[in-house]
Amino acid sequence: MSENQDKIKAPKEPLFSKKNKRLVTEPLDDNNPVTLQVLGICSALAITVSIEQALVMTGSVLFVLGAGNVVVSLLRNLIPSRIRIIVQLVVVAALVIIVNEVLKAFLPDMAEKLSVFVGLIITNCIIMGRFEAFAMANGPWPSFLDAVGNTLGYGLVLVIVSVIREVFGSGKFFGVELFGDRIAGTGLYKYGYMDNNFIILAPFALFAVALVIWVQRARNKSLIEEH
Amino acid sequence: MKSLEKFMRKIEPTHESKWAKFHPVWDALYTFAFTPGETTKKGAHIRDGIDLKRTMFTVIVALIPCLLFGIYNTGHWHFVAEGTAGEFMDNFGDKLVYGLIQVLPIVIVSYAVGLGVEFIFCIKNQHAIQEGFLVTGMLIPLIVPADIPLWMVAVATIFAVVLGKEVFGGTGMNIVNIALTARAFLFFGYPTKMSGDKVWMSGISDVPKETLDVNGVTGATQLGELATFTGPQEDWTYQGGIKAFESAWSIWDSFVGIIPGSIGETSVIAILIGAALLLYTGIASWKVMTSFVIGGLFVGFLANAFAVNEYMMLQPLNHLVIGGFAFGAVFMITDPVTAAQTSTGKFIYGFLGGALSIVIRVFNGAYPEGVMMAILFMNVMAPMIDHYVIQANIKRRLKRLKTA
Repeated sequence: MSENQDKIKAPKEPLFSKKNKRLVTEPLDDNNPVTLQVLGICSALAITVSIEQALVMTGSVLFVLGAGNVVVSLLRNLIPSRIRIIVQLVVVAALVIIVNEVLKAFLPDMAEKLSVFVGLIITNCIIMGRFEAFAMANGPWPSFLDAVGNTLGYGLVLVIVSVIREVFGSGKFFGVELFGDRIAGTGLYKYGYMDNNFIILAPFALFAVALVIWVQRARNKSLIEEH
Repeated sequence: MKSLEKFMRKIEPTHESKWAKFHPVWDALYTFAFTPGETTKKGAHIRDGIDLKRTMFTVIVALIPCLLFGIYNTGHWHFVAEGTAGEFMDNFGDKLVYGLIQVLPIVIVSYAVGLGVEFIFCIKNQHAIQEGFLVTGMLIPLIVPADIPLWMVAVATIFAVVLGKEVFGGTGMNIVNIALTARAFLFFGYPTKMSGDKVWMSGISDVPKETLDVNGVTGATQLGELATFTGPQEDWTYQGGIKAFESAWSIWDSFVGIIPGSIGETSVIAILIGAALLLYTGIASWKVMTSFVIGGLFVGFLANAFAVNEYMMLQPLNHLVIGGFAFGAVFMITDPVTAAQTSTGKFIYGFLGGALSIVIRVFNGAYPEGVMMAILFMNVMAPMIDHYVIQANIKRRLKRLKTA
């Protein structure tokens, strides 16, 4: 049934219609997968110690979710609904293995730092969530846009958190020392400044995500849940 | 006073003035100095004349002995590190002045920053400013080492007041103890300034190592020394380090407080004076306080009986007088906002808090002081304890109803 609808709709709708644009922009703010749907928190805690790691993670998720959403969307009418989760898992697992191997081949240092967390993209709730909620019910092009939007929303939070953590935790920005050499004691360190160890620890990422949520909801009161 | 009141009345920001936003600040200062002019219009139900301001002020008075002793003790240990201390009461003036120079700035920074944050949030939300921070601002300096850099105190205070209190809705709404939140932030954020053997005697890092060794001063607190006994030892005996520890630090010394440590936590005598005031006025709950001590003693005896490392052989009474146990029992675990509210719950809450403190101390060498972590943990657990106490009560009464 949905196939017919798509066929009727497809020629009418331009590639970047208003609706399609919203697929990309909405997850950036008002429907952010991390701060609103509270998905993908585990990786937000694990790999936000440095901005570089956050960006590589975002790139990996972009590939997995983008390709996965398109594949699942193409297969959506062939997948028996009883085993759809298994099929989706196979799709993610295959893509994650590709990402993992590529990282190991071309960015071995980064692959070592991210360690198991690349493999754990399989369990990133955002991916299965988008498959179930969007790709199973929409065509490949909107599904791709949805993947881009959600990954960017996820990456945005990751980068904000990692900027806070890298600057105040290690005194660096993109690996560049901001406040002087910590060990040699130059720059700010000469005057008694110290990097905060607590910010490096994973629990602080929860505080940082909470701060992002706080700022976001203070700006847009309609996002505040009612109890 | 009359002219001050007139002046205050004159500068009261009204709704029309451009300073209307700052009315909470004015209100706080005015009611701090004068009795409000308004009276209750309808029937009031007053059980006691005590309000938040007086509660907070009583706690501050209770903290003064700790503060004064802490100031002097800071000075004393500075001169011990330099090797010129003599007896405890020698060089009284020098020690007092040095202590004042070290401690007062911490108190001032803690108050200035904390009240600043509080004022900003109250102006933003147009809430009346409450006095919650008056006690917190005094507690924070008392639970940090005297050598702590002032900017760290400021950062920790901001963190604790914003994330510990304001996000939950301000004074009286916090889940965890704010002063301990600040300390935990410092402890995990700047471990080299909060633990080890370089911070507990003010100015010790400037003293050359050779001088220290001559005087037999290590610079570690008792807890730091004891933490070395927690490791997995194959053939430990009671005759070893603990015996040496007990002869080096008598319980009496620790009780009086002539030991290195955080500013306000060392003297059990000073803490007991505060405890007497708090219990007499009914501000702190005797249930929480006593059950905390009983919990600590209980685990202390239990550890003695089933010791698997040397630390566990320490006399239970010793546990009560070293480190922050006494301070935690009197000023921290009894915080009425974060403690359990039900009567039975208070006993459970205090007991588990005290027990957990000693458990963390004797088992984990990485955390020599378990009191802070135990109290924060129990703060989080308090609502659950209350919930089960209430449920049990409901169940019991339902049963009685059915049988009758």
